[in-house]
Amino acid sequence: MEINHKAHFMADRPVILQIQKVVKRFGNIHAVNGVNLTIHEGEFFALLGPSGCGKTTLLRMLAGFEFPNEGSIKIDGEETKDVPPNQRPVNMVFQSYAVFPHMTVFDNVAYGLRVVNVPREEIKERVKDALALVKLDGYNSRKPDQLSGGQRQRVALARALVKRPRVLLLDEPLSALDAKLREAMQLELVKLQKAVGITFLIVTHDQDEALSMADRIAVMENGVVRQVAHPRELYESPNCKFVADFIGRMNLFSGIVEGHEDGGRLKVKTELLGKLTISYNEKLSGELHLAVRPEKLRISSEILPPSHFSFPGEIDAVVYHGSETHVYLKTDAGPLLCATLTNISRSSIRPKRGDRLWIGWAPEDTLVLSE
Amino acid sequence: MSFRSNNPIGPLDYSRRTWMKLILLGTFVFLYAPIITLIAFSFNDSRRNIVWRGFTFKYYEKAWNNSSLVEAFANSLTIALFSTLISVVLGTMTAILLWRFRFPGKAGYEGLMSLPIVIPEICLGVAMMAFFSRIGWPSGLHWPLNLGAITIAHISFSFPFVTVVVRARLASFNRELEEAAKDLGAGEWQAFKDILIPHIRPGLIAAALLAFTLSLDDFVITFFTSGPDTITLPIKIYSMIRFSVTPEVNAASAVLIAITLIMTSFALWFQGRNGNQP
Repeated sequence: MEINHKAHFMADRPVILQIQKVVKRFGNIHAVNGVNLTIHEGEFFALLGPSGCGKTTLLRMLAGFEFPNEGSIKIDGEETKDVPPNQRPVNMVFQSYAVFPHMTVFDNVAYGLRVVNVPREEIKERVKDALALVKLDGYNSRKPDQLSGGQRQRVALARALVKRPRVLLLDEPLSALDAKLREAMQLELVKLQKAVGITFLIVTHDQDEALSMADRIAVMENGVVRQVAHPRELYESPNCKFVADFIGRMNLFSGIVEGHEDGGRLKVKTELLGKLTISYNEKLSGELHLAVRPEKLRISSEILPPSHFSFPGEIDAVVYHGSETHVYLKTDAGPLLCATLTNISRSSIRPKRGDRLWIGWAPEDTLVLSE
Repeated sequence: MSFRSNNPIGPLDYSRRTWMKLILLGTFVFLYAPIITLIAFSFNDSRRNIVWRGFTFKYYEKAWNNSSLVEAFANSLTIALFSTLISVVLGTMTAILLWRFRFPGKAGYEGLMSLPIVIPEICLGVAMMAFFSRIGWPSGLHWPLNLGAITIAHISFSFPFVTVVVRARLASFNRELEEAAKDLGAGEWQAFKDILIPHIRPGLIAAALLAFTLSLDDFVITFFTSGPDTITLPIKIYSMIRFSVTPEVNAASAVLIAITLIMTSFALWFQGRNGNQP
């Protein structure tokens, strides 16, 4: 409910970025191949995808470092064709942070104001505010080599934010930080974004980062946007096999539509798990993929209640991750299924390799992927 | 039993083999004794350079009062100054061109460009002489215009060195820095001036000192391109030696050595700083 409410709230806002049919080729390679995206003011938007999917190229086209071969990019209603990077109302936080090594923190943040001749007093004021915003007050005269990685990133953030961009572009901003700091920074970036109200567009290959920070996520593959959705929708209702597999962990198997039953029920014949009946409203035919999240799986020493799918099998491997345990089960029918068990109690059951168990899930947790 | 006694002497472990130490000592003697003697005898109070007769600054004074020697020194410094300035600009532009752009024939040009580094100086000297006489380069111009031919010849062999040094420095440049400057509102030229130049500055200084030293002590190429009114210090010293090796020559040489040493150590120091910067 809350998610939907937020979605409507964002969609009501004016459009800040309009990307239409954008194509970018490098030689014979289509780095970006016909992308359409509409991003609203104040949104925290993530471009997510594996390396080489075109997300960084798309970001660089927004910043003006690359120009599309086809299509149009409108920032704040203005066509950006042939507009060089220094005349665009966007600023970027680079993956390497690109903090100027020969300048102090103050000079770094002031640079973007000095080059456009902002009065000296105003520069002082704005730099001070920007540094306070990223909690770097008192670091004015430090040189970048006296800062930690996290602090350098804050300088890069302040340097971009001090320009008051219409859109802030972030290129893999957290990839160089260690795990603990990354998580703290995720939270801080979200807070910062809400505080300044600027549209953030982040590029990342880390699904966890995208899911935890963004209002909406576009998943890209081979230069194409596969799905644009809110994090929960993306995780719970992926629209294709690629997204299902890329976001989180997934048990996937293929099947063929056998027919439809009344009341929106789909009969699917799978090669290895037999015939399954799933509620599904649309009419489908031919081959499709079925998917179920590992945490939706249940394992039990007895057969599961008849409301569930249930398959007998043997534990193939147990991988302990502290807060949870991943159990790989080889079903007698063939497929290897992974179940995630949350270790909610110190005395949680400890499955062992070789144990014979039943594994299964509620039919409504099955995802039907026609692509 | 200690480990050391078991430790065999490695093939290059020269500090632990007496005969290798002797070779090392001999090498040092043959390399540096002439230079040290040259400098030492510039303070010798004798007309001949054979016996030590006591300490004096007399020959430095004499060299200083030798107007043709001073003139040659002034010529050398002037040529070095101009050839350094021009070859740094040309060499840096070439380095940036080769670093940033791709163009047809780039590999070929890269090889061709460093030709003056590998070509024997004598060939370059003869080629320069033939070239300047063929195009009818005007002679008998007023100072410093009469040094033009030598300066051009010096630029042609020192700018490839500049390119090599600056290019090495450019290799460590993070292009995102320049993009960041543009992203923040700087134009092409401003980003170049504010971000790229500060990054390559140590390389520029090292390259300039290198070019200066190369020009200052060049003999072969200068010999072929100089005329009677354009004598440089190395050529003057050579012509003085043809009459007799006086301590005056030693004094002039010692000054040249001192300048070259100071310049080279500055160049090395600046290059050493390259590695320490992010």
